Amino acid sequence: MQGAITIEGVDKRYISRGRETVALDSVSLNIQPGELVSFVGPSGCGKSTLMNMIAGIVPMTNGRIIHNGKKVSGINRDVGYMTQADSVLPWRTVEKNVALPLEYRGVRTQERKQRVDEMLKLVELEGFNKSFPRELSGGMRKRVALAQMLAYSPNTLLLDEPFGALDAQLKMVMQQQLLNIWREQKKTIVLVTHDLSEAIAVSNRVVVLSGRPGRIKHIENIDIPHPRDVFKVRFLPEFERAYDSLWEQLSSEITKGESL
Amino acid sequence: MQVDESAAVGTGLNTGGSSKAVLAYEAGLEQRKMMVRVSQVLFAIVFLSFWQWASGRIIDPFFVSSPLAVGGRLYEWTLNGQLWSHLSVTMLATAFGFFIGAGIGFALGLLFGKFAFLAEVMDPFITALYSIPKLALAPLFIIWFGIGIESKIAVSASIVFFVVFLNTFAGVRDVSQIYIHSTQIMGASNWAVLRTVVIPSATAWVITGLKVSVPYALVGTVIGEFMSSNRGIGYIIAQATGLFDTNSVFAGIVILMVVGAIINGLLKKTEGWLLRWKE
Repeated sequence: MQGAITIEGVDKRYISRGRETVALDSVSLNIQPGELVSFVGPSGCGKSTLMNMIAGIVPMTNGRIIHNGKKVSGINRDVGYMTQADSVLPWRTVEKNVALPLEYRGVRTQERKQRVDEMLKLVELEGFNKSFPRELSGGMRKRVALAQMLAYSPNTLLLDEPFGALDAQLKMVMQQQLLNIWREQKKTIVLVTHDLSEAIAVSNRVVVLSGRPGRIKHIENIDIPHPRDVFKVRFLPEFERAYDSLWEQLSSEITKGESL
Repeated sequence: MQVDESAAVGTGLNTGGSSKAVLAYEAGLEQRKMMVRVSQVLFAIVFLSFWQWASGRIIDPFFVSSPLAVGGRLYEWTLNGQLWSHLSVTMLATAFGFFIGAGIGFALGLLFGKFAFLAEVMDPFITALYSIPKLALAPLFIIWFGIGIESKIAVSASIVFFVVFLNTFAGVRDVSQIYIHSTQIMGASNWAVLRTVVIPSATAWVITGLKVSVPYALVGTVIGEFMSSNRGIGYIIAQATGLFDTNSVFAGIVILMVVGAIINGLLKKTEGWLLRWKE
C-alpha cells in the first residue's frame, strides 16, 4: 500500500480569458508501490498538472487520487517533489537547504547534521555545505534539491523534468544516480519528461499522454531488467523497440499540436 | 564529474594558496582604494580651506559662519556636556520612532501581504493616509503627546511606518509560489513558511524600506523639535536661528550630518550581511 498511487477518472478544467479549457480528460492509472513510471507527451498535455495534483498543489475538477491509501486533498506531505524550476532556497546555504525538511519535522540539531552529511555524500556534494546556491552550477543545485528531497525519506518521489536543463552527459550521470537510489531505497517514482530516451532508460512503464485535452493514449511496458546501466541500455534491442513504438504514438500527437 | 563542475564554478571553493597574479591583482585593487581615500581627504581639506578663506573675505561670516567657528562651537558643546545631552534626546526619539514605525509597518505589511482580500479592501484608505504629508501631523501629535520626546517619536514613527509597510507588503507579494509550495510539501507549517520563505525572501524589499526610512526618522524628530520642544539638536538649531547665531546653527547641522552618515553606514553593513546570498 505504501507508495501506491491510484488515479481515478481525473479531469482538470480551468477557465481563462472567458474560455473553458480541458487540460486533462478522465485520466485513470494505477501505480504500484516501488514502480518507476514516466509520463511523456507534447507540451501542454497536462503532465505537470497531473504531478501538481498528486502533490496536492492544484485541485482536480473531477475524480480522485489516492496515495498511500489516503485521498489527496490539499498539500500532500507524503511525497517528495522536484519541480522543473529551481526550488532550492537561495538565501540558505546548501546544508541549511538540505536540513529544511528535517527542521520542519523538529529533528534534533545533532541528528540533522548527521543526516545532512549523509545526503550530501550520496549526491556527491561533500565540502559544499556552506556554499550558497548562487555559487553552484545548475547541476549541483539540482543535486541539492535531490538531497533535500531524500533527506526526509518520502516513499514516493515526483520528478517533473528534473534534469531538463542539464547537459547531455550530466543528465545521464544523474539518471544513473536516480536509478541507484530507486533500487537501494525502493521508492515509487513518477517522472515527467520530454526526453523519450530518459523515460525508457529508467522506467518500468512509460505513459503517453495525448495533446490537449490530455488523455492516456498508450502505456508501454519496458522489459529491460534491473540493475540497468543508462549508458549501455540504449544499445539494447528492447530499447529500440520501445523507442519506435513510443515515437509512433507520440509523433502524431506532436504534429497535431503544431497544426492548431 | 565533481572535479569538472567545481572547477567550472570557481567561487565555491578556492585553491587556498594565492598565486602571484592574484596577489598583484589584489595589490592593484588596494592601491586604487587608497587613492580614492586620499582624494577624498584632499577634497575635504580644499573645501574647508576655501570656506574658511572666503568667510569674511567674500561672504559675511554672520550668515555662513566658518569651519573654525563651527568647530569651536562643537568643541565648546562637547566640553560643557551640551552636545551629548541634546544629541541623546534626538537619537533616542529617532531610534524609538524608527523601531516603533518599522515594527508596526513590518507586521502589518506581512499581514496584508498574506491576506489579499484585506489588502484590497484597505487599499484606498491606505493610499489616502499615505498621501497626507506626515509633517502636517506634527502639530496634532504635539497636542496629543505634549512637547516632550513622545510627540517626536510619533512624528518619526508615522513617517517610517509607511515606508516600511509598503515595502514589506510589496516584498511579501513578490515571494515565488514555487518556494511556498515546495516547502509546504516538505512539511512546513504556515508559520514555518513565513519564517523560512516569506520573511527571508522579502528581506531585500524590507531592507530597502529600512534604509530609506532611517533618514526620515531623523527628519521627523528634528522637525518635531523645531516646532516645539525644550531639548534636542532640532531645538538647538531653532533657538540659535532665533538669535541669528549661525555658528550654532551650522554646528547643529554638522551634528545631524554626522549622525545620519553613521546610521547609513551601519545599515549598509547590515544589508551586506543579510543579503550575502545575493550576487
